[in-house]
Amino acid sequence: MAENANYALELRALRKSFGKTEIIRGVDLAVRAGERVAIIGPNGAGKSTLFNLISGRFAPTSGEVLLHGARIEGKKPFEINRMGLSRSFQITNIFPKLSVFENLRCGVLWSMGYRYTFLRFLSRLDDANERAQQLMEMIKLDKKRDVLAINLTYAEQRALEIGITIAGGASVILLDEPTAGMSVSETTRFIALIKEVTEGRTLLTVEHDMGVVFGLADRIAVVVYGEVLAFDTPDAVRANDRVQEAYLGSAVADAQAQGH
Amino acid sequence: MTMSTTSPERAAGPTAYYRFRPLNIGRYLIWSLFAIALIVLPMLFTSSLAVTMLSQMGYAIIICLSYNILLGQGGMLSFGHAVYTGLGSFIAIHAMNLAAAGKLPIPLVLIPLVGGLAGMFFAILLGFVTTKKSGTTFAMITLGIGELVASMALMFPEFFGGEGGVTTNRVYGQSIFGMTFGPAIQVYYLIAAYCFVCTAAMFAFTATPLGRILNAVRDNPERVEFIGYNTQRVRYFAFIIAGFFAGIGGGLAAINFEIVTGADSVNMVRSGGYLLFTFLGGATFFFGPIIGGVLLVLASVLLSELSKAWLLYLGLVFLFMVMFAPGGVASLVMMNLRVAKFGKLRPLLPAYLALVGTALVALFGAAAMVEMLYHLQLNAALGPEMEFLGATVNAAKLSSWFGAGFVLVTGLALFELCRRQFIQQWGLVQEEIEHEIKRGEAL
Repeated sequence: MAENANYALELRALRKSFGKTEIIRGVDLAVRAGERVAIIGPNGAGKSTLFNLISGRFAPTSGEVLLHGARIEGKKPFEINRMGLSRSFQITNIFPKLSVFENLRCGVLWSMGYRYTFLRFLSRLDDANERAQQLMEMIKLDKKRDVLAINLTYAEQRALEIGITIAGGASVILLDEPTAGMSVSETTRFIALIKEVTEGRTLLTVEHDMGVVFGLADRIAVVVYGEVLAFDTPDAVRANDRVQEAYLGSAVADAQAQGH
Repeated sequence: MTMSTTSPERAAGPTAYYRFRPLNIGRYLIWSLFAIALIVLPMLFTSSLAVTMLSQMGYAIIICLSYNILLGQGGMLSFGHAVYTGLGSFIAIHAMNLAAAGKLPIPLVLIPLVGGLAGMFFAILLGFVTTKKSGTTFAMITLGIGELVASMALMFPEFFGGEGGVTTNRVYGQSIFGMTFGPAIQVYYLIAAYCFVCTAAMFAFTATPLGRILNAVRDNPERVEFIGYNTQRVRYFAFIIAGFFAGIGGGLAAINFEIVTGADSVNMVRSGGYLLFTFLGGATFFFGPIIGGVLLVLASVLLSELSKAWLLYLGLVFLFMVMFAPGGVASLVMMNLRVAKFGKLRPLLPAYLALVGTALVALFGAAAMVEMLYHLQLNAALGPEMEFLGATVNAAKLSSWFGAGFVLVTGLALFELCRRQFIQQWGLVQEEIEHEIKRGEAL
């Protein structure tokens, strides 16, 4: 594959072993800027591990990860984040004892250049406060400004998680099962929210809900046993015999029955 | 100052979300009261013992607050904070001696800053290792470094002065505005000024970007890594700031006592004391360590005077607090202020009286037994007769032990009854308050 800066994110022959078990077995994936990609696959296929490798939580055993053409594999999470990649977590990962507003403002600070400042008051950082306020309105939590994150409902916490993830203005967003554990009506609303707040950014999401996947994604990557089985448009993936056989089967039939 | 470590920012209203509220009456009032208290207290308590104690409280407050930057705001359980106060003291006292010999042009009023810079320097040096890790590993490393420095204090008598320590005379150079800093009261006001400024500075720190991210690192270090921050760096910078203020406290201690000994100022016991009293005061609120600092001096000066077994009593109090009020005195104060705000404190007063009364009975019994034991162990030569709260007791007689034991058991039983009653009543009051809040939101 030739160098192509048009790719926002590129994985080349990525491998990861834990002990003797190889979880990711040579993944190649190239995601164009502004594209929405869903990663699907059965439990234990290595979807979350893939996210952990991209975001720097684990270092890959071999292979390359390129963010806007720059290699990032093996870098620390905060380094990768500063280069413009941000992720959310499958298990809600927020700052429980800080208020909604504080959570978002923490997400904003680094990207606005405030870094480790200790000679200026937060209340005087007008741009950071304004941005945090905007984010709060975007994720529709402006009425809960001063509520501690730990006291929010589950769906609100998930929204806050997304808010923190996009707060730093990253161009590539990784969402790990954003709708996990939500009711059907919450999920529908949440998908609209995700579409809205990630507008114009590159989005990768791991998702189990086929309705969500086919409603959200421009392209779908099917991961089975640590390998990419198919990476194509939703229609093509749906028609792919190997995918049908290996994984989708009834899930796709269900989604089609629902009219997606 | 009465707000939690994470919320001094919340003062701005929901509409004016990014504007600093120019006149925060409540906050000005509290700071003014703090300043007035610092000025007026030595006029109310004029004995030399009182002035010495007030001086000690002044820098104990700074030290406990600096420790709470680590414990309360950063979630770093350090067992070696005395390293930074102690080394601050030593550098400060050497600086004083050099200044007195005319080799360093530093007036006494700036000596605490020398201590602060020393504390900061050693925090930069040693903190680089310590703050690499968090949690248990962090605690272990601070313990190791604490032991290291404590043993160094014995190895280098040239710097640490050996067993006798290093002495100085704080009256040197020209007096400023007639202040020679010879009299204890003048030293007190120097300490009070530093106490006020340092407290204000540390409170301001809680409302800065680094201060807030430090809270975030305490709550969820992993997530912080994914919003662009290096958690090691955050901890390191906070550690350096804490070291700076700890050093100032150490410098003030050196001025106050005019002597610093290695055996006393950098050791584990001292570090443990800062940890214990910061916790007792309350690590979850900014003002908790202020209470802690005051308690530290009260305990180490008054309680130690009162009884040889004071460390044992202290241990019991600590145990009691950890079990029943892990937020320290500050959290007890804030919980009751909340109840009072909703006008529900008065019905609780009888229950409080009952708790205090029965606790005193139990304490009386326990103290009698402890004192008899100490008397038998330490003062055997003086015979079994001893004074206890004005009464003469025979520590060797079985009847004394039975009597004390009976009082203790009765006290404990009554206390437990009252406690259960109180817990129920407290629960009801809290429910009512929650109810009122909900109703308020619905309106």
